Amino acid sequence: MDVLLALLAGLLTAAGVYLLLQRSLLRMLFGVILLSNAVNLILFVAGRTLRAAPPIVPDGLTAPAAAVANPLPQALILTAIVIGFGLVAFAFVLLFRAYATFNTLDADTLATMPEDSPADDEPPTAD
Amino acid sequence: MLIALLFSIAWALIAPLLVRGAGRAGGWVLALGPVALCAWFASHVPAVRAGAVVRETTAWVPSLDVGASFVLDGLSLLFVLLITGLGAVIAVYAGRYLEGHRDLGRFFLTFLAFMSAMLGVVLADNLLLLFIFWEATSLCSYLLVGFKHEAEGSRTSALQALLVTGSGGLALLVGILLLGVAGGSYELSVLAERVGQIQSHPLYLPAFVLIALGAFTKSAQVPFHFWLPNAMAAPTPVSAYLHSATMVKAGVYLLMRMDPILGGTGVWIWTLVAVGSATMLVGSVGALRHTDLKKVLAYSTITALGTLVVLLGLSYGPSIKAAVVFLLVHALYKSGLFLVAGSVDHGVGTRDVTTLGGLRRVMPLTALAAVLAGLSMAGLPPLFGFVGKELTYKAKLGVENLEWLLPTIAVFVNALTVVAAGVLAAKPFFGRLQRPETREAHEVPFAMWMGPLLIGTVGLVFGAAPGMLYDLVTSAVDVVAGEVVEIKLALWYGFNTALYLSVATMGLGLVAYRFWAPLRLALAQLDAWTAAGPARAYHGLFDGLLRFAGWQTQFFQGGSVRTYLAATFGTVVLLVGGTLGLKSGLVSLPEVGTMFPYEAALVAIVAAAAVVAAATSSRLLSLTGLGVVGLGLALVFVLMGAPDLAMTQFLVEILIVVIALSVLQGLPSRTPRTSRWGRAQALTIAGGLGATVSLLLLGVLRLPFDRAVADYYLRQSVPGGFGQNVVNVILVDFRALDTLGEIAVLAVAALGAFALLRLGPPVAPSASRTAVPSVVLQTGARLLLAVLLLASLFMLWRGHNAPGGGFIGGLFAASAVVLYLLAFGHSATEQLLRGSPRIWLGVGLAVAVASGLVGVVWRGAPFLTGQWTTVGALKLGTPLLFDVGVFLVVVGFTLTIILALERVVTGSTTSAAPLSDDEAGRGSETPPAVEIPASSMESSSD
Repeated sequence: MDVLLALLAGLLTAAGVYLLLQRSLLRMLFGVILLSNAVNLILFVAGRTLRAAPPIVPDGLTAPAAAVANPLPQALILTAIVIGFGLVAFAFVLLFRAYATFNTLDADTLATMPEDSPADDEPPTAD
Repeated sequence: MLIALLFSIAWALIAPLLVRGAGRAGGWVLALGPVALCAWFASHVPAVRAGAVVRETTAWVPSLDVGASFVLDGLSLLFVLLITGLGAVIAVYAGRYLEGHRDLGRFFLTFLAFMSAMLGVVLADNLLLLFIFWEATSLCSYLLVGFKHEAEGSRTSALQALLVTGSGGLALLVGILLLGVAGGSYELSVLAERVGQIQSHPLYLPAFVLIALGAFTKSAQVPFHFWLPNAMAAPTPVSAYLHSATMVKAGVYLLMRMDPILGGTGVWIWTLVAVGSATMLVGSVGALRHTDLKKVLAYSTITALGTLVVLLGLSYGPSIKAAVVFLLVHALYKSGLFLVAGSVDHGVGTRDVTTLGGLRRVMPLTALAAVLAGLSMAGLPPLFGFVGKELTYKAKLGVENLEWLLPTIAVFVNALTVVAAGVLAAKPFFGRLQRPETREAHEVPFAMWMGPLLIGTVGLVFGAAPGMLYDLVTSAVDVVAGEVVEIKLALWYGFNTALYLSVATMGLGLVAYRFWAPLRLALAQLDAWTAAGPARAYHGLFDGLLRFAGWQTQFFQGGSVRTYLAATFGTVVLLVGGTLGLKSGLVSLPEVGTMFPYEAALVAIVAAAAVVAAATSSRLLSLTGLGVVGLGLALVFVLMGAPDLAMTQFLVEILIVVIALSVLQGLPSRTPRTSRWGRAQALTIAGGLGATVSLLLLGVLRLPFDRAVADYYLRQSVPGGFGQNVVNVILVDFRALDTLGEIAVLAVAALGAFALLRLGPPVAPSASRTAVPSVVLQTGARLLLAVLLLASLFMLWRGHNAPGGGFIGGLFAASAVVLYLLAFGHSATEQLLRGSPRIWLGVGLAVAVASGLVGVVWRGAPFLTGQWTTVGALKLGTPLLFDVGVFLVVVGFTLTIILALERVVTGSTTSAAPLSDDEAGRGSETPPAVEIPASSMESSSD
């Protein structure tokens, strides 16, 4: 299963990077979402996966009796998921504001825009 | 000498204060410093003549064996007397010339700083020390040429002078380093003893070429001469001091110092003679072309510098003697003429010689000074200039193989110099009085005629009795020649070839002066042709460099985030992927191991969804694909014993979809499409990076795994953290500080997003909802709200011992409120919350921090150390409180962003009709956000 998940992580990375390299800011943002999922999976797989019980100590014991999943990557990934959520939410708002201000979602148009003119008269760039 | 130098620097530093304090007498007061230095150095003349060489060494960089060593020998003495003497006279002059200028303090600071640097150049024994002072003179010159910095021309000229002399300085530095390697020392005095070793060293030639480049740029030799006429943008006292008498002589000084070390070889002689001769010709012809007094002076200075370089190139006794004398001659008459030009400008208001005439009647004293200097320049007896010219002719006549060529050039150049002298000293003062300007011509004040007249008189005295200079000149000549040279200084050597050449020169010069106007016009015809000179090369280089820099910046930082990303990812692929491929070869696919069909199916579904999300151009399909990927990963987490992760992932996926749909309403349905080439490029880089990640991960998996840290947490969780859910214990206890940082990031992100939405220019509401509220949804949402909120608290409570916790509980609660928002709209939700969710961010952070402080206050334990107490059967502790803080921040974060977005997108600020729960069911006035506007349902056109 690890091997398959490693290949999946590569595929998710590739899909995320592909989207990040597009002209549309929206698709770039989708790329960020895919990439953060990919990174979480990479962390998870690198910490070794087990078809085992969750890392929870049974009642009355001080340590798990049988093999359990590795808790360390789980703790890392849990916060990573939430932080990733924070990043994506912020990025969506930024995207929204950028479109409202510059009237374009085109990364290339934004790059060539003069810095001090968030022009309202800039024609909408659809394609 | 160090003390003299320090005094000079200190004098420069207090100059602005002195200027302010002394008022009109500022120039006189400031001249006291140079006068004192001049007197102090003059007191060394007898000792130096007697053969004494004063040396001083102070440790400077002892670890590199570099000392701040100074030397005062005949050559240094000649220069320091020149520098301080003229410095004093010109300081007095400048005090009146620039009287009342608001930046007079700054002027004198830079002027005297230059004097200090120049003293350093001629006193340094260590070449590295010399180089530092050398560069300091370039910098001071830059500041002084650009003194009138409001004028664009001034700034351009200053920069040009700096760049030309500065590049020469760089060449000089490398030359010095090479010479240091060849000679094994940077001390001039040591190098002078190792001439044989240096001149046979393979590095001799490059060292000579580079040092000569430094000297040629500084002393305005062809083809670097063009900066000097442009440097006339400086105030006239600066031109008199830096650009005729001292700084431009620094290159000549360097050649004099190098003569005993590098001189006498074929390459030395031919290079210096050729470059110097070319410079003489260019300068003398250029001087004829111009009518601005200062330009004429600049070109004739170039002529003189060329003459000096030729004489040093010949590198034998008589030529060195001629060089030393001519150096003095030129410094005197040229600085005098510069000051006269400044006085004319001051008194009449113009420097254009064609509009000047007859000024001797209104400016008699200035005219007298001009005549004295002009006669010296023309080389007439009994002026000092005659002595210099006779020696020059003698030296040039004494060279084998060149006894015809050099004197011929010299006669031609000197005849043109006579013309220039006439233009400078005769034309403005004799003939009919002209009034070119409205300003009434008047004699300049005492401080301004005193200097030129003094300098002129000195020239007369030295000419009449050159023997006075015998001690000074002979000590300097000995240093340059590297041996004792028998010399004789006299005004009259009897009838000889040199005298006949002088007579011929005068005759030729007078004839040419008669035809000056037509000659000048004829030369003006050649302007277009001469414009294609080194100045144009400089401008081409300068503009080209700027264009190249612009192109390069544009290339590397074009502002396109795609280019940056492509470069970053591409580099990772090349370096990491390349290394992986080279070091480990292509990894053979390892054992797949046991695999259940449902697992394989799950992976296949996630993979397919990712491909669809990336490939489709439909926004909604893409979003759906992302959702499937996220939920699929949640299932993977379930299968692999990570229920906490699964729950978190699941809830986050839901909330992302809500936010995404909310934002999509405000965006156009058509999005820009990447070109085919761009997509191919992206696919290549993405494929490479994906393969790199997979290979890397497979490589990691083959390594043995050390579970020590994981086992530590598993064993310590219950005894140390009193919690059975190890993941949660890590988050709220073991690594609580990390978690605190993360929730702080969430709080900042929420405030940032809020600011983006609510501050700045308002955003026009983009969603026009016509949907009717859904009764089913509203009824369900109200029911579910209570249930979900209870569940979220349960999740929070049980998190320490079972799957759950603050993150999951917070997401649960937020989801419940979001469901309510979807059913009832923005206003109703804000009412439900009774206040802004932003407050919860602060409260949550405060609770988390407070929970950490309990232990600090109570026990003096480190921040965030868990403190536990037993209440009945319950084990209560600060980590649980910390988790409450996490809970609150997560709720506050999610609701802050989603509510603000909803409000802006739907424009509900305007329709904030209060809405009770009861009315909501009927509300035709209610605009709940169930339906997605038609516009965002469309996929993009292609």
